[in-house]
Amino acid sequence: MNKYRCTVCGYVYDPAAGDPTQGVKPGTAFENLPDTWVCPECGVGKDMFEKM
Amino acid sequence: MAKSEIKKDIFWVGAVDWNVRNFHGHTYSTSRGTTYNSYLILDEKIALVDTVYGPFAQEMIRRIKEVIDPAKIDYIVVNHVETDHSGALPEILKLCPKARLMGTAKCREGLEKHYYGKWDFQTVKTGDKLNLGKKTLSFIEAPMVHWPDSMFTYCPQEKLLLPNDAFGQHYATAERFDDEVDNAVLMEEATKYYANILWPLGSIILGKIGEVQKMNIPIDMIAPSHGIIWRRDPAEIINAYLSWAKNQTVPKAVIVYETMWGATAKMAERIAQGISDSNIQVKLFDIVVSDRTEIIKEMLNAKGFVIGSSTHDNDMLPTIAAFLEFLKGSKPRERLACAFGSYGWAGGATKEIEGIMKEAGIELAQAGIGVKYTPSEEELNLCYEFGKEFAGKILQEKLSA
Repeated sequence: MNKYRCTVCGYVYDPAAGDPTQGVKPGTAFENLPDTWVCPECGVGKDMFEKM
Repeated sequence: MAKSEIKKDIFWVGAVDWNVRNFHGHTYSTSRGTTYNSYLILDEKIALVDTVYGPFAQEMIRRIKEVIDPAKIDYIVVNHVETDHSGALPEILKLCPKARLMGTAKCREGLEKHYYGKWDFQTVKTGDKLNLGKKTLSFIEAPMVHWPDSMFTYCPQEKLLLPNDAFGQHYATAERFDDEVDNAVLMEEATKYYANILWPLGSIILGKIGEVQKMNIPIDMIAPSHGIIWRRDPAEIINAYLSWAKNQTVPKAVIVYETMWGATAKMAERIAQGISDSNIQVKLFDIVVSDRTEIIKEMLNAKGFVIGSSTHDNDMLPTIAAFLEFLKGSKPRERLACAFGSYGWAGGATKEIEGIMKEAGIELAQAGIGVKYTPSEEELNLCYEFGKEFAGKILQEKLSA
């Protein structure tokens, strides 16, 4: 599973850690994040992320 | 209607900062000062949208008192947590302790980390509405336009958009509206503002404007948090934002350089001549005596960047290095660049400039040009040809676009 970086603020989504602030369990691939998920740091959408 | 009444029962109650010359620390030179715009909406319930920079709290409070007793304020909408808009909150809240703050979740977090106060705060999301009586306010979250907490407020009954920092300008005036000031100056300040604050956020801005356009909400007035209110033709500034956000440029080159003993300056002038003789617009700045804010404004619509420096300790000079760091942060896209400079022995500045341009995602159009010590007439002719070659690349791009 790949990490993805927010191109706006630099936050890195690590699938191993998930995103507890939005109820995303560890082990969730970026591709499987819901479309409503946003960058927990700056709030922009999934489309602003790029694969690392 | 009072001069400050921008719409029926909606009042501008902000502050004019005539004398501020540096903003955001020293990241933005505000040669024409600025304003902090706060708006008071009277209805069965009374709402204040945004406040002003802390040192101007009493000016805002005086203007509110000219309209109503501040104790009557029911809601304070906080579109943006940054201190030039929230700084007066602690003062105004002393006068209207029952007022409830409204903003995004990130705004709540941000306010807590600025003021550490225990305030009544209601978190809102896109689509949420606040009913004031005859008028309603609806909210549109706008993360990273230009902070994570940013939000727009819209009043459908008045077709009024309050987008906080978006569409703003640092421009201190006694007038409030676009049709009351010189349009060229207004657009210059709007351009400077976009270039120096919003440039890196183009893709977010494109998305947000698209989202608002899809909502199909009529807008006949845009009242930002700095500067002049747009009412003559709000589509004009929206279209300008779309053009900048799409990185649309004109055939124009901006030369920025730093020189030790004048040799790199001589090269710069001859390169400029070559560009100009190819009928491409050119602007030339010695970074040490120029205003960075102004240069970034000139770069916003320029296709080409020409960067020069003498070599010092195998690197570029420090002021141009700092400038390029700032430019890199602006994330310019779809631009062409080239580098030049004079050196004494090993050289190095040109390579360093090219390196940082690549890092910034700017395409190098041609190999850089270096001259040992002082350029001869022959070498200056090469600089002229270097300028012509670069102008040709800009024209080529224009034709293929």
